[in-house]
Amino acid sequence: MNVDEVPLPGIGVRRDIETSSGRRIGIVAHREGSLDLIISAANDPDACVASIPLTPDEAATIGNLLGARHLVARLTEEHRDLPGVTTRQFLVERGSPFDGRSLGETRMRSRSGASVVAVLSSGEVQASPTPDFVLAAGDLLVVVGTSEGLDTAAKILRHG
Amino acid sequence: MHNTAISLIELGAVLLCLGALGRLAGRFGLSPIPLYLVGGLFFGQGGFLALEGLERFSEVASEIGVVLLLLMLGLEYSAKELVTGMRQSWMAGVLDIVLNSVPGAAVALLLGWGPVGALVMAGVTYISSSGIAAKVISDLGRLGNRETPTVLAILVFEDLAMAIYLPVLTAVLAGLSFAGGLQAVGISLVVVTLVLVVALRWGNVVSAIVDSKDREVFLLTLIGAALLVAGLASTLQVSAAVGAFLLGIAISGATAENASRVLEPLRDLFAAIFFVVFGLNTDPASIPPVLGWAVVLALVTAATKIATGWWAAARQGIKPRGRARAGSALVARGEFSIVIAGLAVASGAVVPEIAALATTYVLIMAILGPILARIAEPVMDLLLRRTGPKTGRADGIPAGR
Repeated sequence: MNVDEVPLPGIGVRRDIETSSGRRIGIVAHREGSLDLIISAANDPDACVASIPLTPDEAATIGNLLGARHLVARLTEEHRDLPGVTTRQFLVERGSPFDGRSLGETRMRSRSGASVVAVLSSGEVQASPTPDFVLAAGDLLVVVGTSEGLDTAAKILRHG
Repeated sequence: MHNTAISLIELGAVLLCLGALGRLAGRFGLSPIPLYLVGGLFFGQGGFLALEGLERFSEVASEIGVVLLLLMLGLEYSAKELVTGMRQSWMAGVLDIVLNSVPGAAVALLLGWGPVGALVMAGVTYISSSGIAAKVISDLGRLGNRETPTVLAILVFEDLAMAIYLPVLTAVLAGLSFAGGLQAVGISLVVVTLVLVVALRWGNVVSAIVDSKDREVFLLTLIGAALLVAGLASTLQVSAAVGAFLLGIAISGATAENASRVLEPLRDLFAAIFFVVFGLNTDPASIPPVLGWAVVLALVTAATKIATGWWAAARQGIKPRGRARAGSALVARGEFSIVIAGLAVASGAVVPEIAALATTYVLIMAILGPILARIAEPVMDLLLRRTGPKTGRADGIPAGR
């Protein structure tokens, strides 16, 4: 994927991609740390229809939402030959008992049989996370298991 | 004791008025600079209300205002941005200089203000207000637009041009001979290059010397260094403003960002005082005779700035609507035009009418600029629709949206 990176002197940097539908979408990263999500106008590719300021939390969540779909689709494809095994994604919600606690503390594998194969955190993919990986609200867990196991996993994440 | 009380009351009243004017400007989405100038005209010499006992303070405060304005200008861009900006946009930058300084110089010559007056007016009409331009671009949500890097590159180039222009102007205003002027140009070129090299290679060292975790220590170190450098530069005939500007360029990275954040409120305060003092020292009665010329200059240089931005954007493959946006974003003139006129008037080497012309010109341009930037798109749509329906609509929006 070709990401255009354009310096904006005195402001920061613009990073964007051109989608296959011909629209430009990307971010303006301000020097002081804030982010704007930008989307080009349909009738004027030089201009933007939207320039939406995002907090770091919001940006990370959007990143996780966009990235997870791709990852889950790929894993599902890989497990197609194993009947009964599926992949699902779970969001660590604000107020979840594991917000701020380590992955090991969920005892996910021993309690549900399902395993966490990746965590999407702050827009980055942590593949095969170790038990000491600390979860935070907004993280997306990619979990592989049987459908009963995944239901149990969802309960564990929500209620502890 | 009594005098101090009166001074405090006067200063407080002036600042309160400025606050009210700033609020008014904010409501209409305008730059407060023209209103500060009007405020100064209103209070001062020949105005409705003469302020007495504040001269000494306001004089020093407005000097500090200039130092802080230029220090912040230097902090705005890193040395790396300046150098890459110059490499990428020097053609647009040169066109910008030619198109926008010639009208000012020509009018000064026509009015019989001589070559020195021409040099001053060339600077006044050349330099865009990077403050107003940046605010317009971010207010109108154009940071992500494709033409924005082009606009910023031109502003960066103007920044560098100022680093050469200000020392030359100072030398000429000081009445140096042609050889002396050449020497000043040589020295300023060498100093600017030196500062850029130092900032590129050892910018972190300079930053580390100034930097501090403690806000208070940081602020005092910064202001102290800026005033010291400015003062030294001034005694060396290189102009205080240039010294502060070069110090700003030398400070880089995270330190520069923190410095901008810490200095911004102080800059706003002292720059406001500077604009008011400039207005104070301009006699409102001297404005009507130059009003016609100011309007002519405003119309011509609005057109030449739009042409500059249009041409630069076209070279980057931007479509006509974007070219119009780029050009109109550059139209506003503001703080630096007044700084240049202020230097000239303070030196006494030019006719005082320059202050009146510069004030009137900036008043018009600081208001006209943001308005043009706003109406550029609708106007272009109107023009494009009239010349033919083939652009935009037909190929842009997918069917059945």
